[in-house]
Order: sequence, then C-alpha cells, then structure tokens
Amino acid sequence: MGQNGSEAFVRFEGVQKSYDGETLVVKDLNLDIPKGEFVTMLGPSGSGKTTCLMMLAGFEPATHGEIYLDGQPINNVPPHKREIGMVFQNYALFPHMTVAENLAFPLQVRRMSKADIETKVKRALDMVELGAFGGRRPAQLSGGQQQRVAVARALVFEPDLILMDEPLGALDKQLREQMQYEIKHIHESLEVTVVYVTHDQAEALTMSNRIAVFNDGIIQQISSPDTLYEAPETSFVAHFIGENNKLDGTIQSVGKGTCKVRLDTGETVTAKAVNVKEKGSRTSMSLRPERIVINPKGKSVPNILKGKIQELIYLGDHIRTRMTVAGHDDFIVKIPNTFGHEPLAEGSTVNVGWESEDCRALDFTEAHGPG
Amino acid sequence: MAAGTAGTNTENAPLMTADGVPLKQSLQRALRQKRRGAFLLTLPLLVFIFIFFVAPIADMMFRSIENEVVGKYIPRTVAALKDWDATSGELPDEKVFAALVEDIKIGRKDRTIGKVARRLNYEIAGMSSLFRSTARRVARLDEGPYKEALIAIRPQWGELETWQLIQRESGKYTASYYLAAVDARFDNAGNIVAQPEERQIYTFLFGRTMAMSLSITLLCILLGFPIAYLLATLPLRYAALLMILVLLPFWTSLLVRTTAWIAMLQQQGVINDLLVLVGIISDEGRLQLIHNKTGTLIAMTHILLPFMILPLYSVMKTIPPSYMRAARSLGATQARAFIKVYLPQTLSGMGAGTILVFILSIGFYITPALVGGTSGTFISNYIADHVSTTLNWGLAAALGVMLLALVLALYLIYDKAVGIDNMKLG
Repeated sequence: MGQNGSEAFVRFEGVQKSYDGETLVVKDLNLDIPKGEFVTMLGPSGSGKTTCLMMLAGFEPATHGEIYLDGQPINNVPPHKREIGMVFQNYALFPHMTVAENLAFPLQVRRMSKADIETKVKRALDMVELGAFGGRRPAQLSGGQQQRVAVARALVFEPDLILMDEPLGALDKQLREQMQYEIKHIHESLEVTVVYVTHDQAEALTMSNRIAVFNDGIIQQISSPDTLYEAPETSFVAHFIGENNKLDGTIQSVGKGTCKVRLDTGETVTAKAVNVKEKGSRTSMSLRPERIVINPKGKSVPNILKGKIQELIYLGDHIRTRMTVAGHDDFIVKIPNTFGHEPLAEGSTVNVGWESEDCRALDFTEAHGPG
Repeated sequence: MAAGTAGTNTENAPLMTADGVPLKQSLQRALRQKRRGAFLLTLPLLVFIFIFFVAPIADMMFRSIENEVVGKYIPRTVAALKDWDATSGELPDEKVFAALVEDIKIGRKDRTIGKVARRLNYEIAGMSSLFRSTARRVARLDEGPYKEALIAIRPQWGELETWQLIQRESGKYTASYYLAAVDARFDNAGNIVAQPEERQIYTFLFGRTMAMSLSITLLCILLGFPIAYLLATLPLRYAALLMILVLLPFWTSLLVRTTAWIAMLQQQGVINDLLVLVGIISDEGRLQLIHNKTGTLIAMTHILLPFMILPLYSVMKTIPPSYMRAARSLGATQARAFIKVYLPQTLSGMGAGTILVFILSIGFYITPALVGGTSGTFISNYIADHVSTTLNWGLAAALGVMLLALVLALYLIYDKAVGIDNMKLG
C-alpha cells in the first residue's frame, strides 16, 4: 500500500465519506490500484466498500479527499465522462430494450456509426457466448445469461476500468462459481482493471489479485489472497477470511517475533507476535482449524492443550470436530479423513497441539467467535 | 404407482385412486367444492353489480331505441296509416282521420294523449300543442267527415309532415334519438339529413368534451409526473407526508373542492385579489377565471390529478435507481438517461393514468356544472339536463350510450397500442 508510484491507475487519497454529517462511512481511505489488476473490496454490509465503488463511479461525491483515475483527479468529473464500465448487483439491464439494444446503448451515446455498433455488439455477445440472444428482452433470459449481458454491456465500449458491485449475488452457487471463472478469464484476456465488491470471501479469494478487507470504513488489510488467509494482520481479517479459532489471553512476555500468552483458563501458550502491544495487555490469537494436530506425539509441537470433544460432523473428506479448549466451547478442528486417523468419540478428552508459527497473536477483540 | 393401485398395469389406462375412482373424477370433485365456496363468496357482489350496474345500463341502452308510445296510445290511427303511402303527396283518407279522432277521445279520457304529444314534440316542435288543443275540441266532434273537421281545428292536420311523422314514429323501435344525438334527423321523405345549423349542438359538445378532457389529461401528466417522481425518490419520511397531501383531496367531498375553487377563482376571489394586490392586473382588469373553460380546466385538473399521480408513482417506485446509474455509467448525460431509460419504463403507469383521467373527465358532471358556465360544460351536463328538465330520456339515453361507446373505443385503442396487461394501477 505504501507504493507512491505514479503508475497507480486508480488512486484514493485520504478519501472520507459521510452521508449525514455525523458519522463517517468511509474513514481516510488510501488505495492505489495499478493498471490491469483485479482488486476486490471485501467486507460485511455497511463496511463502506460499496460507498467506495460509488464514489469511484461518480454517483456519490467524496466528502473529503481526492480520487485519481489515470493520474487525473475526477472528483468533479460527472459519471458519464469517467469512461468506467459498471456491472450492477441487479444487472440493471434496461427492461424495455432488447439485449442488442442494451449493448448498443453506450455506443449510440458515443455517436458511433451503425456498422461499428453492429460489429462491436456482435463481438461482445460472442465473447459471453450469447450470440443468438441479441433479439431477446432481458426478462426472457436466465439469471446467468442476464449476468453475462451485464458484463458484456460494461465492456462493449472498451473502458479501461470495470467496476462490479456484487454482480454474482443473485445467482445460485454452481452458476456463481462458473461465472467467477468466466469473469476472471475475461479480465485476464482483456487486461482491464477490475474493482470488484463482494461480501463473499470465497469469491474474493478465487478471483482477485489483491483483496482489500473493509470493516467499519477502514481497510483492515490489503494483500494477495494467500497472504490474507495465512497471515492475517488483525483479528477481524482472521475471522472474516476462512474459518478461525479465537483464543483470548494476556501477554506474559514479548520475545523476538514470538510472545508468551497466558490464557484466561490459566494455560500458557507461545504464539507468533503479529499485532500485540506490551506485556500485560490483552490479545486475541488466531488459529486455523486445519493446523491443529490431535494427540501430538511427545513434545513435537510447543503448544499442547486438553480438549473435550463435543460434536463430530462427518463431512467426507474431513471430520469437523467441535471441542471445548481453554474454556472456549466452539473450538473447531478439521481432521483429514486419511488412513488410520485417530478414532474419536464424542465426550472423550484428547490432546490438541499446534506450532507457535500457526498461532497468530493479534489485536484483542470481544466480538465474534470462530466461523 | 402401479404397486399401489390395481388395474393400472397398462400405461394408457386412466390413473385410479386407491379405491378405484378415476383420478380425474376425484380431482374434479375436490375442486368443485372449492369453486362453489369461492362462487358463494362473490355472489353478493355479483348480484349487486347486476342489479345496480348491468341492469341500469341495459335499461338505458333499451330506452335509447325504445319507441312504443305512439303505437300504444293511438293504435287505431297507426293501423289505419299502414296503407298510406307517405310519398304519394296526398293526405291520408277519411278512415285515418276517423281513427285519430277516436284515439284522441280515448286518450283524453285515459290521460295518455299527453305522452304521445310529448313524444312527437321531440321530433317537430309544435306537436305538443297540436295534440293538446285538438284533444280539447275533439270531444264535441261526434260525426264525420272528420278530415275537414280536424283541419278546421288545426290546419297542421292538413299538412303531410304531421302524418309522415306519425307514421315514421309508429314502430316499436326508432333511430331518431341517435340521429338527434349526432345532430341529424329524418326529413319528410324519411331520408337522414343534418339538423338545421342553429340546432346543431351535440357533435360540437362531444368535440368540446373530448378536447377539454384531452387538455385536462395533458395537464395532469405535466403536473403529476414530477410529483410522482418526488414521491418515488424522496426519503420515506417526506414521501409519506407528500402522499398525504396528494391523497387529501380524495378525502374531501367533490362538491366542497369545487366550491372552494369558486371562492379562489371568482372575480372578487383570492387569486384575482392577489394579482391586483401585487399589481399584475388592474382592479378593472380582473380576470375571468371561472364560469368558462378556464374554470373547468383548473378545477378538473386538480380533482383528477391523484388519478394520474398514483399509477405513475406505483410504477416509478419499482424502477430501481441503478437503471439511471447504469445509463450514466455507460456514458449518457442525465437528460439522455432520463429520456431513454427512465421515461420509457414509466409509460405503463402513464398509460394507466391517462386512460383513467381521460375516461373520468369525459363523463364529469358536477364540476363543469358548477364552474363551467356555458362555455365550459360537458356533454354529461346536457345528458343530465335531458334527464331532469326536458324529460327526453330517449335522447339522454342515446347520448349516454354514445359516450359509453366512445370510452370503450378508446379503451380498445389503448389495449391495441399499449396492451391492457401492461397497465399498472396503484
């Protein structure tokens, strides 16, 4: 994020947004997006991600700060002069026009010749494999087809930047996954810059080059999907991306990259110090369920606690185990269904262990348990 | 399936329920009960509609062609006239005159001759007095020749026109009311000709009613569209308040609203006073805003405005703001996005509002009667006049049927052009 490069294609600089003059929906947003990148704004509803997109598209003015597009400040540029393609949550296909007329609309507005419009519309329809559907009304198409038309319409006038506001929210799971790949491939082949808004973390992980996790009007962390999952920097990100076990405790000592934390039930564990203050302060540790070992041999891992199995859920490839560990009764362990794994029974007590590296001590938060 | 029910081994055999009744029959029986319940629930309404809506309209339609008075109350004359050739240029013979004298005598005693007089007077003015004065003097007429005697009483009995009229209107049904409604009549030879110019009024009135209704509808669109847009886009708090203001006229009596406009618009009224006060007009130059077309236009536009706003609003409410945003992001200016994307989507509501306002205004009565003066009255005011003052119910019915036909025709045109299914009412 620190890159102060002039190569940033989209640039938010100290942007703030308030609707009522009392609360800030977006608090001091700084974000650089290089050309050709697929950036996802991920966050729960009300986190300010859609507001950011609307400011970029020009539908909402920024209360403070400046947004740059290709080096030019665009705060005072009206939306129709920004040359930004946009895909809306409900697709916003004009119901009184056919699919072809919908696609032709941005071209007619730009006063292109009839022949040009025809070839471009045809090319765009072929790109989303809807060549035969030009004469239909949007209402005669399925949800997935409407989605493709919406994407084609946002691309047909060849903008350099595409904004997508939860475009797959209305589709069923299977179709959603298929469309994720299609959009990703379109992005790769056309080399456009995409800013994508979603609250679905799996979608964000699948498609993005970088993900900006929003909460409470602030970008909590912006990094590549794998970093985000494996090295969350705040408790919110750890909780929001993937499944997470949270253990609260008080810091005993902070060492070189590690710290000793005394859990509320009295045990002491070693954790990777990521986002901690001084000795004596509170911390919430994040531990991924697949990094936990059941009944580790001897001292093979530095942290070993007792856990009482509350519930076993058979999921085929793995067994999801809910147990009580250090007073938390929502501690989840994913046990791979490999040959000869530990036989487990509800009500029995086992040892659970993990590497210090996998247990990240983060900022303390009262809120949200795992999952 | 086959496991449970006997006798369904072959694929084409009808499906049976467990106890062997054909499935279709069983389903029918189950549905019949449901349908009967639904029918019974709607029965009171159906009866109500029939008695108070269908039956009166059918009666009105019948009255517009019904013509039994002449044949019923001077039957002998009518029978005797059968053989007379109206185009022969000669008066009917003695036999007819004798029959008429007898009819009038009986009719005078039964007090029915007045009905005949009034009926024939609709066609030719003066018929009423002819029959009445003849009836008074015919009592002393005991023997013939009646022909000369009658002509001596009133010379009109010696005119071909009188007899042609009686013969023409002696049938059970007549087209003369409809002819009158389109400013036409039968001439003496039975041909359809236009009324003399000074008596032509109904086509003009139909035209004025249409033109005024059209103007009112256009005014309603112009004024109603922005209000409906505000209603659909304002935050709920303000929209609710605005909605109350829109609906307020609905909760006030039509008569009160119209008289309120009289107070506003009259020469010594609020608007003229205000204009004089501000100095836009002089005290002598007060505007004539009422008892003319202007008064009707203003008052009726105000009264019918909610009928335009509500359907427009209900359609606009369903248009998400993302359509306009999408159009803008695709490069359209605000104006272009509005015209190309927003406006077309409101057409169904506008169509519904237009047809509502137009049909309502075409049959409007109270407001034009109160504020319309002579130049701002509608066809319905004349219908009411014929019902209550001149008592020419046949003509009133004919005018009413034509108004109804006009509305139905407009409705069909609208259906062809826009499609009634696309109409959205509130």
